[in-house]
Amino acid sequence: MKEKFDKIQSTCIPIAIDNNNTDNIIPARYLAFTTRDPKFYGDAFMHDLRYDANNEPIADFVMNKPEFCEAPRKGVHEIIVGGKNWGSGSSREHAAWAIAGYGVRVVISSSFADIHRNNLLNCFVLPVIVSEAFQQELFATIEKDANALVTVDVPNQTVRNEATGSEEHFELNSYKKYCLMNGYDDIDYLLSKKAEIEAFENKQ
Amino acid sequence: MKTLFDKIWDAHVIENIQDGPTQLYIDRLYCHEVTTPQAFDTLRDKGVKVLRPDHIYAMPDHNTPSDQQERIDDPIGRKQVDTLADNCKEFGITHFAMGTKDNGIIHVVGPEKGLSLPGMTIVCGDSHTSTHGAVGALAMGIGTSEVAEVLAAQCILQQKPKSMRINIEGELQSGVTAKDVALYIMAQMTTSGATGYVVEYAGSTIRNMSMEGRLTLSNLSIEMGSRAGIIAPDETTFAYLKGREYAPKGEAWEKAVEEWKKLRSDDDAVFDKEVTYRAEDIAPRITYGTNPGAGIAIDGTVPTFEQVGEQERIQLQGMLDYMQFQPGQKLEGTKVDYCFLGACTNGRIEDFRAFASVVKGKKKHPDVVAWIVPGSWLVRQQVIDEGIDKILEEAGFELRLPSCSSCLAMNPDKVPAGKLSISTSNRNFVGRQGPGARTILASPLTVAASAITGVITDPRKL
Repeated sequence: MKEKFDKIQSTCIPIAIDNNNTDNIIPARYLAFTTRDPKFYGDAFMHDLRYDANNEPIADFVMNKPEFCEAPRKGVHEIIVGGKNWGSGSSREHAAWAIAGYGVRVVISSSFADIHRNNLLNCFVLPVIVSEAFQQELFATIEKDANALVTVDVPNQTVRNEATGSEEHFELNSYKKYCLMNGYDDIDYLLSKKAEIEAFENKQ
Repeated sequence: MKTLFDKIWDAHVIENIQDGPTQLYIDRLYCHEVTTPQAFDTLRDKGVKVLRPDHIYAMPDHNTPSDQQERIDDPIGRKQVDTLADNCKEFGITHFAMGTKDNGIIHVVGPEKGLSLPGMTIVCGDSHTSTHGAVGALAMGIGTSEVAEVLAAQCILQQKPKSMRINIEGELQSGVTAKDVALYIMAQMTTSGATGYVVEYAGSTIRNMSMEGRLTLSNLSIEMGSRAGIIAPDETTFAYLKGREYAPKGEAWEKAVEEWKKLRSDDDAVFDKEVTYRAEDIAPRITYGTNPGAGIAIDGTVPTFEQVGEQERIQLQGMLDYMQFQPGQKLEGTKVDYCFLGACTNGRIEDFRAFASVVKGKKKHPDVVAWIVPGSWLVRQQVIDEGIDKILEEAGFELRLPSCSSCLAMNPDKVPAGKLSISTSNRNFVGRQGPGARTILASPLTVAASAITGVITDPRKL
């Protein structure tokens, strides 16, 4: 799942729910498992909004609509455009595993909850923060044309609505950018810092 | 010039990575069964050991049943609890097993055992880790990847959050608790109003608040998005911690207190944001929607579509459809099916005293199912020692066994679809207490009053 980031151009899934909390993204009953299987969590992504109590797809939920139901693949549905305060609530990284396991590589929103944002980055899903105006324009563009393309250029830190030509710069610190573009984990960085950690402890 | 948060943060910085996060040293990691199995797998993948097992304490809480703790019937939950025990054994970590006197909800056990102390950095793979900030620690919820980082290197990488101070001044009205204060603040701030901030709670209301109340308030910090809640340690903190199992003893205690007294924001400290609320404005609170910020005074009415902005209307409609409430409806007097006292929010001794003070000499409404669940075995023992169990029993309530219980649907205490629950827990999200369950958040006093009458009841009027 640690696919290196460069430039991604893809159609999007619009999930225009504000405060889409991590209980929505993956319900608690999926947290009792000890597996790391991406498909298991991917199948549970937004489960209780996608499926009813009989496990039948809920037709009017966006991910079940014909134009958005196809699972992500290169250039298709690799990007989610989400409502504001995406990923609030529980710290469960399972929510990030669900998004990554479903095949999504980028989530665009006007704001993210802090813990979930860190979890996404640690799961090699890029959270892109845009202005509310840009976010609303994206929703409008996708509503007009489900095949509308968005380009996320990680080296240049830009996100572009290809239909309108609107473009915004997004924040990403150099350290994390390097990790995403080279497939490095924070834990590898920290394991390389053992001497500094011990020196810190000895000073206490 | 420094805030309390700055002081703790600065004392734990190993390195500020250029144009990157800070490498922060962690004093205490708590592990529960839900968010750690995959972190231990990561260590095995990388072939590394736990760096500082003596800094880490583990206990299961989410999956544990509250009716008996001999066994977990659900094989999936059982495996997760067994996995935690196995991992602790393999990596040499102290484990408080289910059903033993040391066990309980991690955020109740940490402070009451003196494992969470002023000035510490504390993390756990659980958003309600913010609870521990009430003792004057920097306590943050983290994800499973970060749990693995702490297991392997006793550090996390974090961008330093901004600072906010929330002052609450004055005396709380009778019938108003720390839970109501938190629900009030959330309604003012919204569920994302403190995203990106560490919030320090200050002011005379906080100074006069008990340790249990502070833990409740700090617990709910995450529900307005904040990275952590923190309260400067004072005599109340020291009195609470003194003599606790893992707190320093004798000369070490005296030395520690001297250091802890320095843990306060300097008079000239500047916060990125500062707000002040008046205690007298706060009434007992209930929520009407499906996020903790969607709350009103108990005698208030659900907002109408005219009262909210155009963008919020769709969300309000969705919340009210799920909750089966109407815009403008008064909720006081609405029939409730389930009552829950417990969770890391309100599972402490003071919460049981408050609940008992309301139900003493009365009878539980026959139509109400009540789960009365202490947050730890220590709390349960104190409830019994103080005779509160007898008061509960005479009023028709059963004292259950320590567990996260009905706070989230990961153990048998699930609220059935469509049923209305009034709960002292922390989240009223869609399906939080069980698929289709409808949750109203409230204080122990309000839940107690409602359990007696069978309808949403203002504790001041009972």
